[in-house]
Amino acid sequence: MHIAVCVKQIQNPEIASALLRVDEVTNTMRLASGVSPVMSPFDEQAVEAALRIREALGDAKITVVTMGEESARQVLKAALSLGADEGVLLADPACQNSDSYTTAVTISHAIRKLGDVDLVLAGRQAADLDAGVVGCGLAELLDMPAVTFARAVAVDDGMVRVDRVIENGYEIQEAPLPALVTVSHEIGPVRKASLRETMRAARKPITSWSADDLGLDSEQVGELGARRIVERLYIPNSDIECEYVPGASAEEMARNLARRLFEANVL
Amino acid sequence: MSATSGVLVIAEAEDGAPTDLSHKMLGLARRLADDLGGGVDAVLLGENLGDSANELIAFGADRVHVGDGAAYAVYLAEAWMEKLTTITAASPPAVILAGHTTMGADLAPRLSFRLGTTVATACVEAEVVAGRPQATRPCYGGAAREVLSFKTEPAVLTIKSKSQATPDRDDDRPGEVIRLSIDAGETRVRIVERKIEATAGVRLETANVVVAGGRGINGHEGFKKAQELADVLGGAVGASRVACDLEWCPPSYQIGLSGRTVAPELYIALGISGAGQHMAGCGNAKTIVAVNTDREAQIFQSSRFGIVGDCQEILPPLIDELRKLKSESKT
Repeated sequence: MHIAVCVKQIQNPEIASALLRVDEVTNTMRLASGVSPVMSPFDEQAVEAALRIREALGDAKITVVTMGEESARQVLKAALSLGADEGVLLADPACQNSDSYTTAVTISHAIRKLGDVDLVLAGRQAADLDAGVVGCGLAELLDMPAVTFARAVAVDDGMVRVDRVIENGYEIQEAPLPALVTVSHEIGPVRKASLRETMRAARKPITSWSADDLGLDSEQVGELGARRIVERLYIPNSDIECEYVPGASAEEMARNLARRLFEANVL
Repeated sequence: MSATSGVLVIAEAEDGAPTDLSHKMLGLARRLADDLGGGVDAVLLGENLGDSANELIAFGADRVHVGDGAAYAVYLAEAWMEKLTTITAASPPAVILAGHTTMGADLAPRLSFRLGTTVATACVEAEVVAGRPQATRPCYGGAAREVLSFKTEPAVLTIKSKSQATPDRDDDRPGEVIRLSIDAGETRVRIVERKIEATAGVRLETANVVVAGGRGINGHEGFKKAQELADVLGGAVGASRVACDLEWCPPSYQIGLSGRTVAPELYIALGISGAGQHMAGCGNAKTIVAVNTDREAQIFQSSRFGIVGDCQEILPPLIDELRKLKSESKT
């Protein structure tokens, strides 16, 4: 059983939005200084899903794949410290400024090159652009059945069984392997790296592949191969002024707030 | 209608009738199609759809493709893709709209790749600029917006619920209904079971009032109080990621980037700092009210009313006063 988990390094989504700065020339977000980028939270949950499958099966090989800048090596190390076995880094400069399409193209070639992948896991979306496209796109490019928004994933007898979140509950879906599953936050809390695994992680292999290694030329990847144009990236102005409700005590503030909500026709 | 100037709306039905978001997408589709010089097609697959096709015409469709049969009782990407690619092959649209729902967010990316194009998800606006479709979508947890155009056709967009107004219904609008064949082909993915979880009370996504708790609500007791407040206001209870991670409430309560998106009339944030990832889930609320001990908390920048104070002290008198005012306003 070989599980490939797709992960992305992003700006820490927990930072205050006031720290966000747009580079208006390139229409990209500048990294806030002094804040380390992290693995997208949904991808942490995808890694967690892979680890739970391995625990249930007793054995499975887990390869984490990321596309990004050289610094994305850090998220591979983070996944290896959680228990993944190997990492693949796709940091070819030709792949920069990819859109969802060229990202999926590049990663699909890496997964083909791995050869024997039975299950591909990805977060339901990356927590920076929030698009949620690459997972489904990979399934199309790899001609795999796909199940999105998993809150539980199990593998048994050549099949993957997924609890898929829907608006008013969930549905249990089954698909034959090889298949792709995108993982949602309902899978619950993820584990932290143990000291033992972190020590072991230092010796686990990380392979670096260029577009050329994947048999892709520069017109097929990155900005050149992209199918969308970012016309503009901006931070909308907030024209909201907070009215701090006065009061000498908690009771008085609470009463004043309740009255203000009625006066202002909010209620 | 010229070959590539039309707009195709992938409608959804709930309990045999088109959803509110389907109506809204037709309003948007009408504006885009008028600017592109094309017509509006809608497709609806489901079971026991009754008069849904004419309803879609009344809300703006010129032509409705309906597949009404047991094979379409529940959404499955492969079955939907089969029908949709047949429809788009016969009459290629310039724009395809789907709802940003658990169906649309699953279907649209796949369909776009299958059609050799790409998708902009969770859009809040779309327009035609110099003859070409453009879409605006929130990103970075709702803190930023990106405006996208497309190098390939059709432009596939998923539309966020509540981003559009409902168009006027006109039951005299003319339109054509095309009945699709029902062919339940083999799918690789199979639905074994569907479990509807009747959440007690009001559903988060459709609630007019949402009361959400974060770290500052301080535990299970705080959530009981939040529920009491929500009950007084006829609302639903949500939470920040921190509160869910601390297991003060079920993970299904989570609002934010890695959780649910709500856009109620009133959002009451209790002990929530307002990090970008949380605001992604509630930034479209009409009015935000925040209670937080930290006057500098980010949440106040998005709030119309704020109390600098401790939720545990504020909540009991707030519930009492609101209950009183509510009963007075009824009499």
